[in-house]
Amino acid sequence: MEIEQQALSNPSGVETIEVSGSVAILEALISEGTEVIFGYPGGAIMPIYDALYDYKEKLNHILVRHEQGGIHAGQGFARTSGKVGVVFATSGPGATNLVTGLADAMIDSTPLVCITGQVFAHLLGTDAFQETDVINITTPVTKWNYQITDATEIPEVISKAFYIARSGRPGPVLIDITKNAQIQKFDYGGYTPCNHIRSYRPKPIIRNEYIEQAAALINQAKRPFILWGQGVILGEAEQEFKLFVEKSGIPSAWTILGAGAIPTNHPLNVGMLGMHGNYGPNVLTNDCDVIIAIGMRFDDRVTGRLDKYAKQAKIIHLDIDPSEIDKNVQTTVPVWGDCKETLPALTALIQKKSYPEWLQKFREFEKKEIEAVIQEELNPKSGELTMGEVIHQLNELTQGEAIIVTDVGQHQMVACRYAKFNNTRSNVTSGGLGTMGFALPAAIGAKFGAPERTVVAVIGDGGFQMTLQELGTIMQSSIDVKILILNNRFLGMVRQWQELFNQHRYSFVDIESPDYVALAAAYKIKGKSISERGDIASSLKEMLEYKGSYLLEVMVTKENNVFPMVPQGCSVSEIRLK
Amino acid sequence: MGNQNKTEKPDGKQEFTITVYTENQIGLLNRIAIIFTRRKINIHSLNTSPSEIESIHRFNIVVHETEEVVRKLSRQIEKQVEVLKVYYNTNEDIIWQEMALYKVPTDIIAEKASVERLLRENGARAVVIRKDYTVFETTGHREETDALIKILQPFGLIEFVRSARVAIIKKSDGFNRKLREFEKAEPGDEVIENEYLNKGQRIFTM
Repeated sequence: MEIEQQALSNPSGVETIEVSGSVAILEALISEGTEVIFGYPGGAIMPIYDALYDYKEKLNHILVRHEQGGIHAGQGFARTSGKVGVVFATSGPGATNLVTGLADAMIDSTPLVCITGQVFAHLLGTDAFQETDVINITTPVTKWNYQITDATEIPEVISKAFYIARSGRPGPVLIDITKNAQIQKFDYGGYTPCNHIRSYRPKPIIRNEYIEQAAALINQAKRPFILWGQGVILGEAEQEFKLFVEKSGIPSAWTILGAGAIPTNHPLNVGMLGMHGNYGPNVLTNDCDVIIAIGMRFDDRVTGRLDKYAKQAKIIHLDIDPSEIDKNVQTTVPVWGDCKETLPALTALIQKKSYPEWLQKFREFEKKEIEAVIQEELNPKSGELTMGEVIHQLNELTQGEAIIVTDVGQHQMVACRYAKFNNTRSNVTSGGLGTMGFALPAAIGAKFGAPERTVVAVIGDGGFQMTLQELGTIMQSSIDVKILILNNRFLGMVRQWQELFNQHRYSFVDIESPDYVALAAAYKIKGKSISERGDIASSLKEMLEYKGSYLLEVMVTKENNVFPMVPQGCSVSEIRLK
Repeated sequence: MGNQNKTEKPDGKQEFTITVYTENQIGLLNRIAIIFTRRKINIHSLNTSPSEIESIHRFNIVVHETEEVVRKLSRQIEKQVEVLKVYYNTNEDIIWQEMALYKVPTDIIAEKASVERLLRENGARAVVIRKDYTVFETTGHREETDALIKILQPFGLIEFVRSARVAIIKKSDGFNRKLREFEKAEPGDEVIENEYLNKGQRIFTM
């Protein structure tokens, strides 16, 4: 872009140029390596969009159909790329539409920088058109937020925003910029990335005595058990984690967001934890003698009833966020720090071991689970289609190489239970917040985050109808995502609970769908709907091989339940197989 | 306002004073306050003012809770980007004061009360004396400022106001030296102080 004004020299001798706040924002984004912005324009952010007009070559802006779609796309991008997702929205409704995504990113530790326009500074507090107090609305759902009212603040604030979003335990940051600051010209002295804020310690200092205590506990353990979460992925410590697992020889299970940090078929990967996790990992949580929890936060969906959770076990908890230690589960040895550093330190101190008998226990439970649940779910011989067999066929075709984006509900549990992951950053789902409508927009972002990989969005008929407007984004920007709708004509997870716990009182879970194939066609997206077992493999193959986006609807059985299940209020060892 | 327990009650709750050192930042008060309100915990007293160090603010927050809860609250507060350091202390660990102002009608107080004795016995002083009213001031613990209300009530107490608690931690060396540690890119052990780990056996769920 042509630099607008003459170069000036400021008293400190640093070369400056006069630019508008809007240009400074875009320059800052470029300096931070931003490749793609998901956004939606509006009155209060118009100066930034006007500047963007001249930056089309340098910044790829994707026009979404709703700000919620924009922020979920930003999340999908961050999850698959490991970079900070960038989102633009205008003031008022534009900003409030971000709130669900901010809450989702906050609870799932997803790095985002969201930039919202705001009314002129002199209008703040006057109930101006499209004015809303976005800073106060978003305070509980952001790692940090800040309102810029003067353009000179822009370089420093944006650099802080990126630093805070990506460092330590990542999270969403929102920067609200009043319109006058976007327009205001100032002497821009270039961009300096932030790497230190005195009041902010992203990584706690590692205490060697705790590493030593942890190693001693591990070395003495008879039935140790590793629980890992997304922290391993966020810390880019997959390799360090793998070495730790392999030297320790300890059976390892994952939380939903930890999936893929080591491959599904790794011999020490014993499966998923939690309410709809695998049988062995849940039952044996209450049988192990030492738990090594790595980058996970003992969410209630993982622990079940807390006062009956692993009471017999000593707990070693590795986390970068000190407030997670002892938050839900009392820790025996806390290992504060970045697991990319703490894991190698721990690996160095532990003995190389294996636990064949203990591992065998997991295999025995797995066998029971296969007989009671998995066999029928993945390979039914008759009856209506199951969600599990669709995922199973998908595995056969993708061989664990695809990115699987899921929405929320039964299909999410089924997909996460059965999908195979060879690679990290392959499982994109709304874990903590459970945001229906997440998958379609997140898949758009996921594709931008990993353009060379196949992205399959597995979505239920309920969640799809929450954000289906993003088909417009897929159409306009020619985004190659494969949309797999598992349609059971119910809000299935709520229906399952109503069946099991509310005496089959199906209260408002019967949901109708439009003709999805016709809908896709209206958006110029190729579509197909199937309901026969014989069509699954060929249709999935057709979808995966198709150049461009594709929507495949699979009509599955209406009243299937996801098992195993730890009913709410029950201990993990009370997990039900039916 | 809550009651004034100096010692731990059977429910394990007692008065804690949380001291927070922060950057001077708009919106931070809200960010800290919602850590309490989200958990439906009442703030009994809140004071915020500049500290002895330029640009650093100091909060004193008083809550009536178990140590387990206060520890978790403190960690959540310290997690905020613009918070430098959080301490929590029982009443035994601190020196604290609250200030109170009392407005009474001058004619009644002059006529009926032994003003000099009243002021002396309650450590109070007159801040303003006008024809129509007089304002007394006292500082002390809650019981002491409460006591003077009772004494002045019969003399037609017009208005009363009390400040939040301000507290000094007995063992504290102040924050100057610590702040220099924070300003380093690689702070030393000084700023960590995770000595409260490994304590307590109770499991807390919110």
